[in-house]
Amino acid sequence: MSQRSPALSPATNLTGGRTLLRLATAGSVDDGKSTLVGRLLFDTNSVLADALDHVEQVSKRKGLDRADLALLTDGLRAEREQGITIDVAYRYFATPARKFILADCPGHVQYTRNTVTGSSTADVIVLLVDARKGVVEQTRRHLAVASLLRVPHVVLVVNKIDLVNYSEDVFTAIATDFALLARSLGVLETHCIPVSATEGDNVVTRSHRTPWYDGPTVLSYLENIDDTRLAVGADLRFPVQHVVRPQSAARAPWAARATEVNGDYRGYAGKIESGRVRPGDEVIVLPRGSHAVVEAIDTPDGPLTLAVAGQSVVIRLGTDVDISRGDIIAATDAPPAPIRDLSATVSWLAERELTVGARVLVQHGTSLTKAKVSSIDGVLDLNFESGTVPCWLPAGKLALNDIGRIRLALASPLPIDSYREHRATGAFILVDDADGWTLGAGLAGSTPLTARAADTLDTLRPAPDTLVPEPDTMRPEPDTMRPELVEGRASTSSTPITPSTDSHHQAHQGKTS
Amino acid sequence: MSADQLRPLTELQVLESESIHIIREVAATFASPIMLFSGGKDSVVMLHLAAKAFWPAPIPFGLLHVDTGHNFPEVLDFRDDAVDFYGATIKIAAVQDYIDDGRLRERPDGTRNPLQTLPLLDAITDGRHDAVFGGGRRDEERARAKERVFSMRDEFGQWEPRNQRPELWSLYNGRHLPGEHVRVFPLSNWTELDVWDYIAAEKINLPAIYYAHEREVTLRDGMWIAITDVTPVRQGEAVEVRSVRYRTVGDMSCTAAVLSTANTVHDVITEVGLSQLTERGATRADDRLSEAAMEDRKREGYF
Repeated sequence: MSQRSPALSPATNLTGGRTLLRLATAGSVDDGKSTLVGRLLFDTNSVLADALDHVEQVSKRKGLDRADLALLTDGLRAEREQGITIDVAYRYFATPARKFILADCPGHVQYTRNTVTGSSTADVIVLLVDARKGVVEQTRRHLAVASLLRVPHVVLVVNKIDLVNYSEDVFTAIATDFALLARSLGVLETHCIPVSATEGDNVVTRSHRTPWYDGPTVLSYLENIDDTRLAVGADLRFPVQHVVRPQSAARAPWAARATEVNGDYRGYAGKIESGRVRPGDEVIVLPRGSHAVVEAIDTPDGPLTLAVAGQSVVIRLGTDVDISRGDIIAATDAPPAPIRDLSATVSWLAERELTVGARVLVQHGTSLTKAKVSSIDGVLDLNFESGTVPCWLPAGKLALNDIGRIRLALASPLPIDSYREHRATGAFILVDDADGWTLGAGLAGSTPLTARAADTLDTLRPAPDTLVPEPDTMRPEPDTMRPELVEGRASTSSTPITPSTDSHHQAHQGKTS
Repeated sequence: MSADQLRPLTELQVLESESIHIIREVAATFASPIMLFSGGKDSVVMLHLAAKAFWPAPIPFGLLHVDTGHNFPEVLDFRDDAVDFYGATIKIAAVQDYIDDGRLRERPDGTRNPLQTLPLLDAITDGRHDAVFGGGRRDEERARAKERVFSMRDEFGQWEPRNQRPELWSLYNGRHLPGEHVRVFPLSNWTELDVWDYIAAEKINLPAIYYAHEREVTLRDGMWIAITDVTPVRQGEAVEVRSVRYRTVGDMSCTAAVLSTANTVHDVITEVGLSQLTERGATRADDRLSEAAMEDRKREGYF
């Protein structure tokens, strides 16, 4: 009897147990992505008997001689009929150490917006190539998107390695090509793994047919990534969701477990998007700029002495400040200046086009602000060769799947971070005021792509007063992606990692020679 | 700071905080949200999260139960107790009322699950609810795997899977046209095992039929069906008293039991962890109707 792998010793409280990692898959059509995902689910015993029955029946009906694992990720009827994937699907699997949330993103060119969607929450991108084809245009596009969205880790799965006779030379050539691409796009953490998803080589089980590869399998790589320090190590950002003022004194029986509060209780509910907070910390309330001291961090499970990125809590402040939904409680060190002129990179997600003068809503953190497009400064040309970077082309509008540089005039000042430093509070979405459609995904500040791209943009139009000056990316960037915590176990490396450190990328390529 | 304090959040901490964030966003941005509550384990966990989300204030929206009239009495008793325990209020939309006055007709197969859609949509319209919380999880079924946390419904309550809004970061967009509403699924990223782990960690009470008990059952189409007024024994069927429990507690006419001796939450977790059948495949006859059964019902406005 095969068993599901999840830890069988149940968590007895919320703080004991597995960690969680979010990943997104990307690849071209026919790279075997569905098979890889099916294999991860199958080999971690995350597929149960009736789902497997379905796959076996359908495989038989199709005249296949063995179960097609790609069918495990079969979704909507239209997809089954057309044999394609339409939309991002979420899959769940687990090992005793970690739970995984996988955003399965379609590989079609016309569905690039789904890759942006999947990448927005991902800690790691699993990018596939066909060993017979190597790095292709789609690989470059997907990696550029991963770089734009600052996904901390990228793993390249060189799939169908069985179809090139498990050749080390083929793998090494692809890995070298990919390293060049990753370096030019400023992707910090990459790793390459030779895989046959159909045969199961190096997905969950180490393959004896690739003796020349001594790196981790896909699953073991995913189990061992430590990314929690990224968000926790950054400055505090706490968008206020609502003000808690319990007017009724009636306490429901369940709340007997919690501390009783008095009638003049006033707290601010929200989720910590980055950083950490402790009672006694001095904070600034944005956009107004008032200073206050954290008096307590409340939860129904009792007050906390420390809360970190990812936690939903209620913060109480010592001073009586005027705070409402949409405000951000932030660390006093380098808080974002509220701006009315927002310069950003935007991934356009809608069929309707964006033109200069358009009125949109900007949803950022817990705030919603009216805005007008003051200029469209360029559109990213994702047709580029390895070793070069994408260029900005002049554009007067943005169409579906375009990635563009725009400027927005905001109706009220927004304390927005640079996306390259704060993924959560540097991000925003554009919303259609009329019908509510989500139009675009915005990354505030300078584009995280490289110097040449920025330079090209600068030549298109004189640089306005942007939120963050276009950086001189030829010099090593501040180490914003890998903040070193001063204390605690999260700090494993004392060497700053910059995109210009060649040896770093070499070290993460697996054994390539 | 000690090293211990900086350890990564656990899966359950992350899921709980994510769900609380979602529930608070809805309360802050919609005019009239309502939460579906059946007394089933997913809706109990959702209600528990709602209580935690607004503490020390009460839950700022009401609950709604679409009662098929075929619910297990133990579950209905539990439902009312839970509403009091969490200090909530509940409205009941009864399928039986619709059958009595002719707005709905009993189906030949006797199952009432598909009949819930009309009373649900009427209750949403009558209450002018612009957001409806549901306990659906993406791991339950193929069609659900693609559904957004904020899932738009048109004025007929229909879901259009090919025309969904992209959902990025944790920026949930609930803007909609008059007449439309948004279904919100705070448990989207939870699995069945996560729900049980959380029930154990938070010591959440459930209806007793989730745990092993002796019951008169018969084996029908490979599933253990309880002998009740709604599902009487059929000719030629053998009735046995077996130790069973329910993995889901839907309509009695189409919810089957599983043989089990798991009578504590920890036993259940062990059993769920070992089980060879997905939750719906084991116990929901209505999802077996066709490969696309759930997709069809969702399109029509089902939960």
